[in-house]
Amino acid sequence: MENFTPIQSLIGGLLIGLSASILVLSSGKIAGISGIVAGLMQFKNTPKHHYLWRVLFITGLLISSYLYALFTPLPVSEISASYSTLVIAGLLVGFGTRMGAGCTSGHGICGLSRLSLRSLLATMSFMLSGFVVTYLLIHVI
Amino acid sequence: MMKNMIILIAGVIFGIGLILSGMTNPSKVIGFLNIMGNWDPSLAFVMLGAILVGVFGFRKAEKTNTTLFNEPIHLPEKTHITKELIIGSFIFGAGWALAGFCPGPAIVALGAGYREAIIFVVTMLLGMLIHDNFYEKLKK
Repeated sequence: MENFTPIQSLIGGLLIGLSASILVLSSGKIAGISGIVAGLMQFKNTPKHHYLWRVLFITGLLISSYLYALFTPLPVSEISASYSTLVIAGLLVGFGTRMGAGCTSGHGICGLSRLSLRSLLATMSFMLSGFVVTYLLIHVI
Repeated sequence: MMKNMIILIAGVIFGIGLILSGMTNPSKVIGFLNIMGNWDPSLAFVMLGAILVGVFGFRKAEKTNTTLFNEPIHLPEKTHITKELIIGSFIFGAGWALAGFCPGPAIVALGAGYREAIIFVVTMLLGMLIHDNFYEKLKK
């Protein structure tokens, strides 16, 4: 429990909820990152306004580290996965979020904020899967 | 123009929220998923905080049904539970645990210049393309 940071995590969460609220109230869009990103790769019969808000929101994510670091040192991302593990993980996350129609943000935050049963089941599924796979990786293999 | 600026700022706030919360640190994420070991429950507070605010935002969106710029709001209306929803979420959870990254934090870490995040995001895009272009067609 030595790394327990409830206040900081709560404040981060409040900002994420604020962002999702701003996005839906300003443009009627859901802040589900997997859906936003996947939408950038749909090229057939797609009007320009389909891309614009996605590009803007993702650009915001991409520059957030830079802006954060202007004010206070950026926390380190400790990544222990090997390159080959990252490849497998990336493929699973990409495929799985499309098949399940959402990720931690779309289901876990936006969907649960809307009290969606679908999102609740999706969230319970990826959490359970995450717990089991972590257990297998750390305690069994 | 105003709307575009707001969307960009929303993206920045989302990213800063992820950084501050610890979600962009894979070892923290794995510490949260490691419930049978030295469990760090911090990240449960991320969801709590986000939902505390989100409930109000989405309730207002559902009530007014129009944006601040008087455009209609179309929220997802799917309610049926499919096996794809569950299986897909299980696949996602497995990848999340393997790397400690989910899509949003990986993109933020990519912006911070982590080579690992580049690998993860590129293969994530590939996984999405495989689903949307091959798997979806295979099913039909």
